Amino acid sequence: MAFGILHLRNLFAVVMLSGIYSLLSAGLLVTLDAVDVAFTEAAVGGGIATMLMLAMLSLVGDRERTREGDFRVVPLLLVLATGALLLYGTLDMPYYGDADAPINKHVVPRYLEESGKEIGLPNVVTSILASYRGYDTMGELTVIFTAGVGVLLLIGRFRRPGGSE
Amino acid sequence: MDLPAAIPGLYNYWIVVLLMMLGFYVVISRTNLVKKIVGLNIFQTSVFILYISMGKVKGGTAPILVDHPVTYSNPLPHVLILTAIVVGVATTALGAALIVRIKEAYGTVEEDEIQAMEPDE
Amino acid sequence: MRKHLVLRVVSKLLMPFILLFALYVQFHGDFGPGGGFQAGVIFGSTFILYALVYGVETARRVARDWVLRIFMIAGVLLYIGVGYVALLLGGPFLDYNMLNAHDPVHGQHLGIMLVELGVGITVAATMVTIFFAFAARGRR
Repeated sequence: MAFGILHLRNLFAVVMLSGIYSLLSAGLLVTLDAVDVAFTEAAVGGGIATMLMLAMLSLVGDRERTREGDFRVVPLLLVLATGALLLYGTLDMPYYGDADAPINKHVVPRYLEESGKEIGLPNVVTSILASYRGYDTMGELTVIFTAGVGVLLLIGRFRRPGGSE
Repeated sequence: MDLPAAIPGLYNYWIVVLLMMLGFYVVISRTNLVKKIVGLNIFQTSVFILYISMGKVKGGTAPILVDHPVTYSNPLPHVLILTAIVVGVATTALGAALIVRIKEAYGTVEEDEIQAMEPDE
Repeated sequence: MRKHLVLRVVSKLLMPFILLFALYVQFHGDFGPGGGFQAGVIFGSTFILYALVYGVETARRVARDWVLRIFMIAGVLLYIGVGYVALLLGGPFLDYNMLNAHDPVHGQHLGIMLVELGVGITVAATMVTIFFAFAARGRR
């Protein structure tokens, strides 16, 4: 799927494929027990992001310009080098599904055990998101708000396309 | 270190790295701005999968409390990634808006054409 | 869209259910997957569906610009407001335990519900606003 996105010239197809990519990763996330995240990724990545990019395409044009000699060496080398370094780094990572990994040790057992008594909500993700880490969620809300304001500033006004300010 | 034993433990990271590199490649090698944004999206999603896969506990289930004792998968990455997804769509929206304005100002969304139009610093 | 009669009718029938589903996701987020963000996105997409089927101009009359702007701000203010109320009642900022003098757990429930509501409102309004900004750009 990702390879298709790389090579296709028809941008409409590219955007569609990216929508499918989002949906597939949402499915993957479900198998990884991340139901909340899968829900959000499906709705946001598959729905909203795709819709946004389609709207953008309708304003911008949906063909990527073809060019000669499109296979460039430098980016490929860069990517391969970075990839090799990352793979080397993964050798030290905790194994997939390991219950003793550091990520599962410090704060999380407390959340899982105390959340029932302190908050009383079955969905631990929501209780962490809205209460234990509510400050972050407030910031996130502000980010969305700012993005909306930003979009309004950029393209909110009725204006003839191609005209100058 | 023994590679055959490491593969079932590490393959999730390798898949993520592959996706990440694909997204990275799209961003730096394609001149079309729209494709760059799609590449960024691929990159972002691969990072989400990375974090979520790190949080999965073998034999665990979704972190929603039930009465009988059961192993849960780690909910903390879920929270972080939820935030990240939404912030990601916010940046994509802003990027898309920027592209629209660039198209209106320059008439094209190919990076090299735009650079050619800009006077050299 | 005059030709696509089936699409129009089916969409019109579906929209109340989608909205209902969004509300369900919003308020049931405490018990199952869901919560403010997901619900806000689904809610917003209802309006976008309406715009896609019936035209952006009609949709803009249903969801007026100033109403959307107010909703965008209202959600954020709601969230921060809950935090401030906790502050005024004596606890740290955003400590929901303070919200209900008798039972801190109920305070948590109340706080979380209000906060997620704020999130849902702002997300929905922002999604629709962004879509309208893009969609209206193509009009002369």
